[in-house]
Amino acid sequence: MPTLVSHPDEVKVVSRRFGMGATDIDKYIELDGYKAVQKAIENGPEWIVNEMKASGLRGRGGAGFPTGMKWSFVPKVSEKPKYVLVNGDESEPGTCKDHVLFLHDPHSVIEGTMIAGLAIGSKVGFIYLRGEYRYLLKIVEKAVADAYAKGYLGKNIFGKEGVDFDIITQTGAGAYEVGEESALMESLEGKRGVPRIKPPFPAVVGLYGGPTVINNAETIANAPHILLMGGEAYAKLGSERNGGTRLFGISGHVERPGVYELPMGYSMRDAIYKVAGGIKDGKKLKAVVPGGSSCPVLKADEIDVGLDFDQMAKAGTMLGSGGIVVLDESVSIVEFALRTIRFYQHESCGWCIPCREGTDWIKKTLTRFHAGGGNKKDIDNIQYLAENMMGRTFCPLGDAAAMPTLGFVKKFRSEFEEYLEGKRVEHPLIQITPIGEPALAGAH
Amino acid sequence: MPDVNFIVDGKKLTAPAGTLLIDACKSAGIEIPAFCYYPGLSLQAACRMCVVRIEKAPKLGTACTTTVAEGMNVTTESPEIAQARKATLQLLLGNHPLDCPVCDAGGECELQDMTFKYGAADSFYAEPKNHREEQKWSPVVYFDRPRCILCYRCVRMCGEGMDIFALGVQNRGSSSIIAPNVAPSESPDHMAALDCEQCGMCIDACPVGALTSGTYRYKTRPWEMNHVATVCTHCGDGCKTTLGVRSVNEGSEIVRGDNRDKSGMNGDFLCNKGRYAFDFANNIERLSSPLVRQSDGKLKPVSWEEALTFAGKKLRELRDAKGANSIGVIGSNRTTNEESYLLQKFARTVIGTNNIDHHRTADFVTLATALQGTTTADGKPRFASQRCVEKSPAILLIGGDPTNEAPLTAWNIRTNVRLNKARLYVANHQDIKLKRQAKAFAPVAEFGYAAFIDSLASANDFSTAVKAEEKLVVVVGNELRGGELAKLIAALPHAKFALLADYANSRGASDMGVLPDVLPGYQSLKGSTLASEYGAAGQSQVADAPGLDLLGMFDAASAGHLSALYVVGSNPIKRFGIDASALKNTFVIVQDMFLTETAVLADVVFPAANLYEKAGSVTNSYGDLQLVAKAADKAGVRSDFELIVRLADKFGHDVKTLVPFGKGLRAAGMSGDMGQTRGAQSGEADRHSVWLTANNLEPKLSPFDPFAILDEIQRVVPGYDKLLRLQLLSGNDQHIAPAASGLVQIQTGRKDLVLPAADTLFTSGSLTRFSPMLQDVQRHQASEHTDHLASAD
Amino acid sequence: MSTIPNSIFTPATAARFDKLATIYPVKRSALVPMLLYAQDDLGYVSDAAISEIAKRLDLLELDVRNVLSYYSMLRTAPVGKYNVQVCTNISCMLRGGFELLDHCKKTLHIGHKETTADGMFSLEEVECIGACCWAPAVQVNYDFHEDLTPAKMDAVLADYREGRGKDVK
Ligand SMILES: Cc1cc2nc3c(=O)[nH]c(=O)nc-3n(C[C@H](O)[C@H](O)[C@H](O)COP(=O)(O)O)c2cc1C
Ligand code: SF4
Ligand code: FES
Repeated sequence: MPTLVSHPDEVKVVSRRFGMGATDIDKYIELDGYKAVQKAIENGPEWIVNEMKASGLRGRGGAGFPTGMKWSFVPKVSEKPKYVLVNGDESEPGTCKDHVLFLHDPHSVIEGTMIAGLAIGSKVGFIYLRGEYRYLLKIVEKAVADAYAKGYLGKNIFGKEGVDFDIITQTGAGAYEVGEESALMESLEGKRGVPRIKPPFPAVVGLYGGPTVINNAETIANAPHILLMGGEAYAKLGSERNGGTRLFGISGHVERPGVYELPMGYSMRDAIYKVAGGIKDGKKLKAVVPGGSSCPVLKADEIDVGLDFDQMAKAGTMLGSGGIVVLDESVSIVEFALRTIRFYQHESCGWCIPCREGTDWIKKTLTRFHAGGGNKKDIDNIQYLAENMMGRTFCPLGDAAAMPTLGFVKKFRSEFEEYLEGKRVEHPLIQITPIGEPALAGAH
Repeated sequence: MPDVNFIVDGKKLTAPAGTLLIDACKSAGIEIPAFCYYPGLSLQAACRMCVVRIEKAPKLGTACTTTVAEGMNVTTESPEIAQARKATLQLLLGNHPLDCPVCDAGGECELQDMTFKYGAADSFYAEPKNHREEQKWSPVVYFDRPRCILCYRCVRMCGEGMDIFALGVQNRGSSSIIAPNVAPSESPDHMAALDCEQCGMCIDACPVGALTSGTYRYKTRPWEMNHVATVCTHCGDGCKTTLGVRSVNEGSEIVRGDNRDKSGMNGDFLCNKGRYAFDFANNIERLSSPLVRQSDGKLKPVSWEEALTFAGKKLRELRDAKGANSIGVIGSNRTTNEESYLLQKFARTVIGTNNIDHHRTADFVTLATALQGTTTADGKPRFASQRCVEKSPAILLIGGDPTNEAPLTAWNIRTNVRLNKARLYVANHQDIKLKRQAKAFAPVAEFGYAAFIDSLASANDFSTAVKAEEKLVVVVGNELRGGELAKLIAALPHAKFALLADYANSRGASDMGVLPDVLPGYQSLKGSTLASEYGAAGQSQVADAPGLDLLGMFDAASAGHLSALYVVGSNPIKRFGIDASALKNTFVIVQDMFLTETAVLADVVFPAANLYEKAGSVTNSYGDLQLVAKAADKAGVRSDFELIVRLADKFGHDVKTLVPFGKGLRAAGMSGDMGQTRGAQSGEADRHSVWLTANNLEPKLSPFDPFAILDEIQRVVPGYDKLLRLQLLSGNDQHIAPAASGLVQIQTGRKDLVLPAADTLFTSGSLTRFSPMLQDVQRHQASEHTDHLASAD
Repeated sequence: MSTIPNSIFTPATAARFDKLATIYPVKRSALVPMLLYAQDDLGYVSDAAISEIAKRLDLLELDVRNVLSYYSMLRTAPVGKYNVQVCTNISCMLRGGFELLDHCKKTLHIGHKETTADGMFSLEEVECIGACCWAPAVQVNYDFHEDLTPAKMDAVLADYREGRGKDVK
């Protein structure tokens, strides 16, 4: 069971009920649960969307798109049913915040889904969890069943005539790319997790061809809190144009790794040194991967930056999924870069050429480089490959692989060069393991 | 859609809103490279070759998914774009085997062409390439994984185009692979295999050499072949096919069939038979010398002169001794219009009999009778063309199973439903596969089509929907004929009709009058101008009473009343299950490629060329006329056209009255009374040579040139009078509405002489037995399970 | 409801599948969960499972194989009773994921994607499993184990070997 951490600087909104037994529906109700959704039923869709807009909440899945705005894009009338889709695929390395959310407060996700449904006029919500989260799926399934038993889900919810809402839970089976919104819809429709051509965007043509709102689980779980405290109050907790608080997972070489809820705009330096207790074993900081493995790395002297979408962008990186990975001085960037690209190579869906082949060639080149067979030209080649993937792929996974790679070779080029001269922190354990090539038709 | 204005590379362009940028550019002559884009198939945006710069967009955009919009400003070539494409190619080539020198696609490979253009030949990868063995998925489809660039064209072609879904994508990332529907663990030899229609459309769609053809692989290089566009000899749909031929000792041999010339009405399409079943032509059992039965009862090879003289003389003797009506002539479904016309003219004017027929596979006589003089609501003839099936907003399919019997018709129906949302109505006694595309299906009892036609008159959902269609094309299977067919045509008075027949020129044989009771163009034996013209031309008087039909001829033979039978390109003994003894007292001449069940009974056998070895024209089931071009050549064989003319000569007939040929006014002593001297229609030879001279073509000086007879066809066969010679010669199809005047008189109580061939995707009458590839494919199909296919339910 | 006679699955799983095929707007949506539950039932997705699932969802077997081969948790060959999945992705790597993997290889005497002779354990190096803040982490079947050291790992393995391990399904 993941250990819960806490720090006085935390501002607890979504994590309010963590550790309080809120998986139990009665406990959840005792802690103001299912009040927001009833308020939402009373006040109607326009009010909900306005509160969400006022809250300044931006998507917690990675891209930081304003949630209220996203909900307002869904057409009022639609021939096809509309859907709410909760993205609990959480697979970006360095990210485990939705994990704790499902573990401690599944009802908040359910309630948030209902609110989103009311806002856009949908009667069905899906909660999609990555396949590895089986024990969390069971927690969520139970919570859904309990909500049905109370009459909170199903027909005429809360006794309100004509207000219906159903929730279907769904599991993935191991695929990072399925976290991408359109690939997730494909997966939910029983297909390979290959993204769709956009436009049309999900808000217009989404799941089963119907208008669909897709949000990260944390984004969704914020909705009830926002409606209860008021959008403006929520907005004030954060920084300019970055409303509220966010779950940050701080991992790697820190003394107290864990998931902390901090206000948007909170200092990254403080997050690492105060909240997470500083660098483990008193070592020196070397670099930070600030928002999951796809975000370009920050060097030790670049961490005086506020943790919000805009400030991070200004710093040349991204807030991403809020997974802050901290690297101490002992880390070999070559090795770290290899482990990162290996992940993206393994997870590329293979649909488009630049990503499928680009991740493969970067991985192959870096593998040889790491094993000691590299040369100076390899560094240029890696950079060339990454530069030629950027912005050219079908979906953002290509960028997600190229961006960190470019960050590593550009910011730590000298380390790559020194590596060639034998100055390496050799890690004997990284090998190229051929992960996941099932013996299928024609696959050999 | 309204037109929008936009700018591409500085050029102002206009196109309907909603047009894809890549298509709009193509129409304006701006070619944007693409691997995954394929017109008519779903969009992928996977290859990223079509990237262009669209003003105000943050990234390069894909031209294959962007629709044109008002004011859009696009750049399709720039250093930035060239670099993007070059980088993509470098990535592809990184793992590509670069075995172009031995690759089937070498010289016609899109990857090669792109690399040539963007110069991505430099390789900077030190790592070894992922190698995988080539796989044989079926006798006709081979897969070379390392050459595959994953454009998914084959997958879409198979699923969306063919409605088979036998190909998929498996694994992911750089392990992604195209996989066929029989997994190794499920196949008898533990190799991945394809259980499908074996159409080979995937091979054609493949932009590289990843999918190769079992008949063609490693045989030759594309530039060492001549490519001849002609018409497929198999079913009645009339697909254009491009035959790749190369010289061999005995002439020139066909090594490949495909549809790279996409100009025909089959567009992208070609079925298994059209693509692979040309190999009967190279069969070692082919006859290459005339045979004459000797006194010992054995057939022996003799010289052409000997065989022709013997046959001609004997025929003349029998005609003179036993009378013209003791002789029968049987024509073919696979000879050209010119040959069919010539053969019936031979019967009627050289021998002087109406005893001429062929193996009919659909009742075109009734079709012509019932449709003549009627029009659609907007005054057009009601003969539907194959092109209508591809475009008409509504189709009613009654009887038949196009998927198996008329694959192009099935393709066009599917395409029309998929791309134009056409409404398909199906009435059938079986759950045919096209039911999957149908908007409504009416089950019919076996032999219950009459009842179904009656039900069209009552108000049920099906009939109401069908009758509400303003532009309906009715495609009729050959279950319906005679009175039923006529009744159906009357029941849907404004619809257009097409009748599905079985072979390349079934319709042509009918139109050309290879029938005992009508003259070419379904004209009457009595009183028509053609009848009197034939009467004047023939050395004997043409009877105006109908002759014997095919079965009648064999009845006569059994009864000892048939002195001679001349069979051209047909195997009635096998086809109609006729007892060989029927012919024991008949002098039989057979022209064929093989020693068929009929040929072995003959007294004289002439080795004949097939449709791929001669020129002329054919008419498909729908009445679409197309040019047949000579592709292959085989030493020792002669065209049916030449054989008929030579036989007439040896018969002692003045061949100039049979075939007008020569140069100049009253060419080559053409003084026979063929009408040449009479006013506007004077002189086929003249018209022919005038036309040829006007079009800078060689005058025809040979009696064996079928184009001379085409003039006559054009003059005397209603419907064919409208044909445009240049259209024909440029390889375009023209729709012929055959019955122009009200001359048809068909006896009521006409016998049902239609015998559907009931061919499947993998059979084609007698040809199948002589096509090793079709035999191989049949064995393969039998060994794989069939439940891998998308079934009708 | 599309019940299948002579299902190859346990009655509970078969019943679950009957239900799964009905809860979605489009039946096919049940495919990924079904494959995973079929694997839980049989240890892997067998040809027979593919064929039954295809029938249940009115799909071609090829469709099922296309999808099956995409997802890395799904396999077409059996593994040991306990599949030990060691994460070596960045957060775990920084806190000893590779050492843990190496330790498992040594103690179990097997490599990546191999199974012990007694069929008890299989070993697999996996990508991030969403336990980064409690790294290094391992999943044994569906059960998470966090904050591991080689010694703690030994204890975990011992638990499973002696039947004390949890088996989340
Ligand atoms: C390759 C890739 C993987 C992603 N994975 C996840 C994920 O695991 N969880 C998630 O919530 N969003 C993920 N996203 C972002 C989603 O596409 C989508 O933007 C998000 O679910 C929207 O929700 P939000 O607006 O609440 O952030 C991923 C995006 C990409 C391109
Ligand atoms: S960038 Fe291309 S290959 Fe990569 S995950 Fe996206 S679509 Fe698939
Ligand atoms: S990196 Fe190991 S669980 Fe996330």
